Amino acid sequence: MSDLNVKQYETCNSPTWCPGCGNNPILIAVRKALVNLGIEPHEVAFTFDIGCNSNGANFLNGYICHALHGRSLPPAEAIRLANHNLKAIISFAGDGGGFGIGIGHFIHACRRNIDILYLTHDNQIYGLTTGQTSPTSSKGVKTKSTPFGNPEEPVNPPALALSSSATWVARGFAGEINHLTSLIEKGIKHPGFAHLDVFQPCVTFNKLNTFDWFRKRVYKLEETDYKPNDKKKAWSKAWELDEKLPLGVLYEEKKETYKDQLPQLANEALVEKKLGSVDLTKAMEEYK
Amino acid sequence: MEHINIKIGGQAGYGVMVTGKMIAKACMRQGWSVFCYTEYPSLIRGGHNTYQVYANKEKAYSQRGDIQVLIALDEETIKENGKEVIDGGIIIYDSSSVNLKDKRGDVEYIDVPMIEMSKEVHGTDLMKDTAALGAVLALYQIHFVTIEDIIKDAFKIKDEEIIKQNIEVARKGYEYITQKTKTKFLNIKLNKIEGIERILITGNEAIGLGALASGCKFYVAYPMTPATAILHFMAANARDYDLVVKQAEDEISVINMAIGASFTGVRSMCATSGGGFALMNETIGFAAISETPLVIVEAQRTGPATGLPTWSGQGELLYAIHASHGEFLRVVIAPGDAEESYEATIHAFNLADKYQLPVILLTDKYNAESPCSVEPFSTKNVKIDRGQMISQKELDKIKDFKRYQLTPSGISPRSIPGQKNGVYQANSDEHDEYGYSTEEVDMRNKMMEKRYGKLAALKKDMPEPKIYGNEKAKKTILCWGSTKLTALEALKDLDDVRVVHMQYMNPFPVEFIKKNIDPKTTIIIEGNQTAQLQQLIRQQTGMLIEKTLLKYDGRPFYPEEIIKALK
Repeated sequence: MSDLNVKQYETCNSPTWCPGCGNNPILIAVRKALVNLGIEPHEVAFTFDIGCNSNGANFLNGYICHALHGRSLPPAEAIRLANHNLKAIISFAGDGGGFGIGIGHFIHACRRNIDILYLTHDNQIYGLTTGQTSPTSSKGVKTKSTPFGNPEEPVNPPALALSSSATWVARGFAGEINHLTSLIEKGIKHPGFAHLDVFQPCVTFNKLNTFDWFRKRVYKLEETDYKPNDKKKAWSKAWELDEKLPLGVLYEEKKETYKDQLPQLANEALVEKKLGSVDLTKAMEEYK
Repeated sequence: MEHINIKIGGQAGYGVMVTGKMIAKACMRQGWSVFCYTEYPSLIRGGHNTYQVYANKEKAYSQRGDIQVLIALDEETIKENGKEVIDGGIIIYDSSSVNLKDKRGDVEYIDVPMIEMSKEVHGTDLMKDTAALGAVLALYQIHFVTIEDIIKDAFKIKDEEIIKQNIEVARKGYEYITQKTKTKFLNIKLNKIEGIERILITGNEAIGLGALASGCKFYVAYPMTPATAILHFMAANARDYDLVVKQAEDEISVINMAIGASFTGVRSMCATSGGGFALMNETIGFAAISETPLVIVEAQRTGPATGLPTWSGQGELLYAIHASHGEFLRVVIAPGDAEESYEATIHAFNLADKYQLPVILLTDKYNAESPCSVEPFSTKNVKIDRGQMISQKELDKIKDFKRYQLTPSGISPRSIPGQKNGVYQANSDEHDEYGYSTEEVDMRNKMMEKRYGKLAALKKDMPEPKIYGNEKAKKTILCWGSTKLTALEALKDLDDVRVVHMQYMNPFPVEFIKKNIDPKTTIIIEGNQTAQLQQLIRQQTGMLIEKTLLKYDGRPFYPEEIIKALK
């Protein structure tokens, strides 16, 4: 344990993201958080989907389920139900996969309170397909698919998480790596579903929401007298979208997890259950 | 052959299904072989529901058209099903609710005051179907004590008073026939055949039992007829059999969850019908490319689109074989009856684990929802083969574990999360031996060849089609999946005919078909419009079997239709 370091979370592949891409600091923060918590790579499972962020599957060491576009949450939920002894399960997605094609999975994952951390790389643009409007793109923004301005209102991820009964809701910024690391640690430690939406500037295709743009607006809730234990106040914070953008834990609540409600999972994990020698007598009783 | 053939019909909510099942159990507990066929529309109240019970001292394979007794709880039943009653048969009705028009001269009508009987005991007409139960079983001269036992079992979750009242109503129906009716009926007696113990079960329940026997620990589904009953079965048994059952938000989530649990090392299964299977499509290929074992049940109904949601069909054979983008190996098994559904489920789990690929159990409403009597399933001979799962001990010896190691068999040892030295990426992108993404030509080709290379060994694990009847018979009925049921029932009345039944559809048994099928003397019978098995055989063997009997109206074949087609 003592010689655990971030190197163990590296792979033989170097990141292929654009220089300055917000994905780089997020990857570093994830590795640091896991090391800080003393978790070894074989004790954690990551799930990814498809998009720029998910190329991270090749740069992060651990058990990885690299699913299809928008589908990183369902495997993560099942991994937790199948093995509740794993020390961490982190599901990654971008704003395209996570809040576009996969938004249904997000809402249902929130209300299930399965013990995983869902980290969304929110760059408000489709990067890997070279710059189309995303579900979190600002209204009016010009992209390749909206050359005359985006006519739609953006999704508000933390507000959506709150309204879907998520028990831990937070926001991070790729430009605040230490703060982000501590948020990831808190999210992993939270018993239940934790959603961490991370502002992640796309330096190539999003010319509006740049590092500088964010730096002028973000502030840390920890540096105020804000307490993340009131859903109504959290709701107001989630809608602070203009001049000031709050970073940190917006909401936190202790609630029984999905697993806590299943006597089948009270002791050994599903994956540890012995197979074979099943007696079907009871299951066949009513058919006699 | 002496047999019993009863149909009860009425609106949804009239107790047709409950009463039908009790009639079936009465026949089964007397030691007779039973097959039941149900029809219902996609409604909760109203509509026309029927439950048919066919019982035979020998094996009852499918329903038959020659109804002996029809219980008409409403006029619709007389209109829809009256013509199915044989010459000399009986229609039981209640003149207080059913007006007879156009009476048939060759059928005996017995007016049983079922509603009045129910009202006398219960105060409402709710138990009228129980009066019918007593009446119909009296016609077949069964002892009342057998009926009493069945009522007690059927309503055991209800309170004592409800059971007592039902027995009383049934007795009224029974005594009405034995004491107040002068029917010359029926010289068939439902006598007791000793020493036979059976259970009344559907294909769905057989699949559920197979999954329990296989050590399925994670079942995930979204409700869809006709696969929904598997979800109910698994959910009801989850605590007793120590597994997790999850209803997910849609079938896309369903299949991804099943893969997630399987990736973690848990045997997992999901089930749906054609529409849900369509939503799962994109992800089947993910199971294939990441070599994650997966068992999917696809219970066909009648498409396209919503089609006939509560009716049967075999329109998705080619779809199941080809579903999902890209090319990859998968197994498709189409069990023909409840016993095969049980066995095939167990085999499906073993094949999925051994070859690390998706296995599709292709069933249909007819098999999935038709109760039939079978010997209780045994787990004595169930062997669980998890395939090449690597142990921690072995991993400790390996410095450089390659999950997708290129091997002669195409199968590579599999680690699971939590195992030290075993980390890897189950990647939906093409990947190298570690699972890292690659677009390099040589590795792409090697991985495609590795995955498809499992075919050689897999073929040897695929049981051959089965031949029923005289092997050397002049004519052959060739069928797949649940059409076996009717074909075997028809075979009882056919001379010089054999049935060849295909269950293992993919990989396709090319050699067997070439060796055993003469296209000139063979007729293909299947429940679709475009003769998909005929197409498949031509594609795989070059052989054209011109003669077909096809049906795509949602109804199963009847033995009478097959007999006619063969003559």
